Amino acid sequence: MSQIWIATLISSLICFLLKYLGYRIPESLLNRPAIQRINSLIPIALLSSLVAVQALTIKQQVVIDHRLVGLLVAAIALSFKANFPIMMLLAAASSALVYNL
Amino acid sequence: MAIPVGTYGAAFGAASIAAGFSVLQTCLLSLLLFSGASQFAVVGVIGSGGSAMSAIATGSLLGFRNGLYGLKMAPLLRLKGFKRVIGAQLTIDESTGVAISQEGRGDDAARYGFWATGIGVYFFWNLFTLLGALGAGAIGDPAAWGLDAVVPAAFLGLLWPRLTDNKTRILAISAALLALLLVPFVPAGIPIIATALLAVVFGSREKK
Repeated sequence: MSQIWIATLISSLICFLLKYLGYRIPESLLNRPAIQRINSLIPIALLSSLVAVQALTIKQQVVIDHRLVGLLVAAIALSFKANFPIMMLLAAASSALVYNL
Repeated sequence: MAIPVGTYGAAFGAASIAAGFSVLQTCLLSLLLFSGASQFAVVGVIGSGGSAMSAIATGSLLGFRNGLYGLKMAPLLRLKGFKRVIGAQLTIDESTGVAISQEGRGDDAARYGFWATGIGVYFFWNLFTLLGALGAGAIGDPAAWGLDAVVPAAFLGLLWPRLTDNKTRILAISAALLALLLVPFVPAGIPIIATALLAVVFGSREKK
C-alpha cells in the first residue's frame, strides 16, 4: 500500500478513536489542569509550525517566495477581522499575482 | 456557517489534490477523519515530502483535542451504541463550540446545537471537499492559482483566534522558529511534531 493510502486510513482511524475514547473514558482521568492547558497549547504550536513550514520551505530548505506574500496578505486580512473566505481568496490572489509576474 | 465551511472544505480538497492525494483519498479523509486541522496537516506533511508516520503523528496530535471535547459532551449527550459512534464522529471544534454556547439556554438547546451544527458541517464539508478536489484536478499548476499559499493561510486562519494573550503569541513564534531551524536537519514532518514538546513545556510550567 502506498504511503498516501497508509496516511489516509491510519490517521482517519486514530482521529476517530480519539473522538470515540472521549465518550468512553472516565472524565476524572483527563480533567487535570495541566492536561487541559497543554491540550489548548498543542494546536497553537502545531498550527504555527505548519504555517511556517508550508509558507517558507521547499523540501528541506528555507525559501522565501510568492507564498510569503500570500501569507502576509492573509495576516493583514485577519487583523482587519476579514472572514475566512475573503482571507483565503486574498491570500491566493496575491500569491498567484507575484508567482505569475 | 455554511459559507466558511464550504470555502474551507473546497480549499482542503484542492490542497489535498495538489499534495498528491487522489480524489477518492481526499474524500475519504473528509468522510472518515472529519477534522479540518488534522486533515490539512496530513496532506501538508505528505505534500512537503514527509513520511506517512509523520503525517499520522501530526494529524493525531491535532485530533487529540476532539477527544477532550468528547469528554465534555458525553454527560450532555448521554449516547449509547451506534448513536455514540455517530456523535463521536461529529465531535469537532464547531459542534462542541455551538453546544457550549447554547448551554445557558438548557440541555435541550445545547443538544440541538451540537447535532444541527455537526450534521450541517459534515454535509457541507464533504460536499465542498469533493468540489474542491474536482476543481483542482481541472487546473494545471497549483502555484499559478495561489493554491500553495492557501494551505499556510488556512493554518493561519485556524491559529489566529487562539492567540489570545502574550503566552500564546510567544509560543506560536517560538514554534514557528523551532520548526524552521529544524527543517534542514531532520526528515520532513518531524520539525512540526517537535514543536508539540514546546507546548508541553509551556503548559506544564504555568503556575496558576
